[in-house]
Amino acid sequence: MTTVWPWLSIIGLGAFHGINPAMGWLFAVALGLHRQSRRIVWLSLAPIAVGHAASAALTLAVVVTFGAVLEPHHFRLVAALLILSVAAYGAFCGHRHRVRVGMRAGMAGLGLWSFLMATSHGAGLMLVPAVLSLCVVDRAGDLAVAGSLPVALAAVAVHGAAMLAVVAAMAIAVFEWLGLAALRSAWINFDHLWTVALSATGIVLLVQ
Amino acid sequence: MATWRPDPSFYPSPRMAAKAPKETLAYVAAFDPERTRPDAIAVVDVDPASSSYSQIVGQVEMPNVGDELHHFGWNACSSCLCPNAPHPHVERRYLVVPGLRSSRLHIIDTRPDPRNPTIVRVIEPSEIAEKANYSRLHTTHCGPEGIYVNALADRDGNAPGGIFLLDHRSFDVLGQWEMDRGPQKLAYDFWWHLGHDTMITSEWGTPDTFENGLVPEVLLGSKYGRRLHFWDLHKRKHLQEIDFGEEHQLVFELRPAHDPTKAYGFVGCVISLKDLSASIWTWYRDGERWAVKKVIEIPAEPADPDLLPPVLKGFSAVAPLVTDIDLSMDDRFLYVSCWGTGDMIQYDVSDPFAPKETGRVRIGGIVSRASHPKTVNGALNGGPQMVEISRDGKRVYFTNSLYGAIDPQFYPDGVDGWMVKLDVADGGGIAFDENFFVDWPKGHRPHQVRLEGGDCSSDSYCYP
Repeated sequence: MTTVWPWLSIIGLGAFHGINPAMGWLFAVALGLHRQSRRIVWLSLAPIAVGHAASAALTLAVVVTFGAVLEPHHFRLVAALLILSVAAYGAFCGHRHRVRVGMRAGMAGLGLWSFLMATSHGAGLMLVPAVLSLCVVDRAGDLAVAGSLPVALAAVAVHGAAMLAVVAAMAIAVFEWLGLAALRSAWINFDHLWTVALSATGIVLLVQ
Repeated sequence: MATWRPDPSFYPSPRMAAKAPKETLAYVAAFDPERTRPDAIAVVDVDPASSSYSQIVGQVEMPNVGDELHHFGWNACSSCLCPNAPHPHVERRYLVVPGLRSSRLHIIDTRPDPRNPTIVRVIEPSEIAEKANYSRLHTTHCGPEGIYVNALADRDGNAPGGIFLLDHRSFDVLGQWEMDRGPQKLAYDFWWHLGHDTMITSEWGTPDTFENGLVPEVLLGSKYGRRLHFWDLHKRKHLQEIDFGEEHQLVFELRPAHDPTKAYGFVGCVISLKDLSASIWTWYRDGERWAVKKVIEIPAEPADPDLLPPVLKGFSAVAPLVTDIDLSMDDRFLYVSCWGTGDMIQYDVSDPFAPKETGRVRIGGIVSRASHPKTVNGALNGGPQMVEISRDGKRVYFTNSLYGAIDPQFYPDGVDGWMVKLDVADGGGIAFDENFFVDWPKGHRPHQVRLEGGDCSSDSYCYP
């Protein structure tokens, strides 16, 4: 039973993650400016998208695997608590992380950075309710891993593609036309929005 | 509290920061060399349109005596916009004010009334010793991993000195910054090239060699600091040491280029044991390594020994004593304080390997005692010391005290505090603002100046 809504929400979350300057487009612009190269801006998009998608894939694989072994009720409770604790961690301690990748980053470093940013912010967790509604459920109400993993991976691909499209559009628009001065006023607090979105995800899981 | 929009004083690039509005207030560290009354952060009105221009309009006293306030900085700055570790919604609001002698750290809130700052937190030396094993707190910078504070000694007053981190929201001490310090022992200043993932640190000495004044045997034995250390900013690992050689003593203030794509900067060396000259060195990237080159040498001036303090009598010369330098936001002009001779010199460093002198004023000085148009008392003592440049590069402020225990070694009849301002001509050239002279209230001496909204040694940038 598929409806269009889960897919639309997966695409919407891709756009939401992509537009956040902390998820990569700003890094691509910065590297392009440092190395005075439009090519670098374009090249940087690949590791940013791959790192983000890898993080989401890993998160969802873990979630689906647990979904198959835990009782449905327990599983939703555990997933919701995990998501809410990541949201709380981000709100109170998210600023305290080590900085492991700097402005001399190569493509591998950039991919690692994107993976760490997505993982520590719980980017993949935000997809959980939409993906669960797409997953195959067996007679006992447990997730069937064999049927669910491909759906989860398809969701990651769609999410990653939407994210990449927005990251590319933002990076190119800022690098080519807008310039960085707009950051000073247009960079709204995505950390707040992120906390709200992640908390809502957890609550949806609890009440669903 | 986090805001919805970035702090308006954050700028992505130094080019944009140079277009910032003019500062109207300056915060100045003021200390009592007798250690009998509390030190303070004074607020000086620097708005020429104000009726209290050139006056101290507010101050906040420390809760204890004997801190020796020295350098200080902001909790957050333009580096919060960096793409790899963005924290753009922190306010530039709190001054992080260490006591160099007490090792106590004060967090001072400049809101809601910037003219009446208040102390919101005091971190005692025991907490810093416990969590970071350091003491004798010196310089602070806001940066990618929070607030960086450096210390000249470990908790017992010995080497190594180093850097520790503070949480930029709660101001909790997070611990030592270094993960592998290699051969580094002494500490003085630190800053970085964000575009090159590199930290640089310089050297003074351990507290037993400066807290009662400079020790001539240590100086003549070339035992004070004379090295630069280069570090991987993110791996927190020592990469390279450059020794300036036995002749050079006291390698102090570090001023990397503001443009993050440039891999060079300037450091001042206070004194040469060969001829008492002072020097400016450029560090730069040479292939895979860092290298240094002496680019300015400022000679000592012959003087009548009767006019000299005991420490210089035998040399019959005044040492220039370059104790502070500062680089304009566009990386074009370097200002050099000669605390001994009383000169403030402006160099055009567009070519960092071939500086050209473009301006010079003289005020105070060990022998010259040069005056200022606005003073009534004539001969001034102390000399140009901590220097700060407005973000647009058009105004330069400086004060005249170096360090409580060292001031009387070079100015035995005392240092009466003052703060002055220079106007900078387009294309170079400096002159005193004849309407700006702060005759510092007796009992305190002024040290570092920080300008409202940021200045040329407070912020670092990730975008060119």
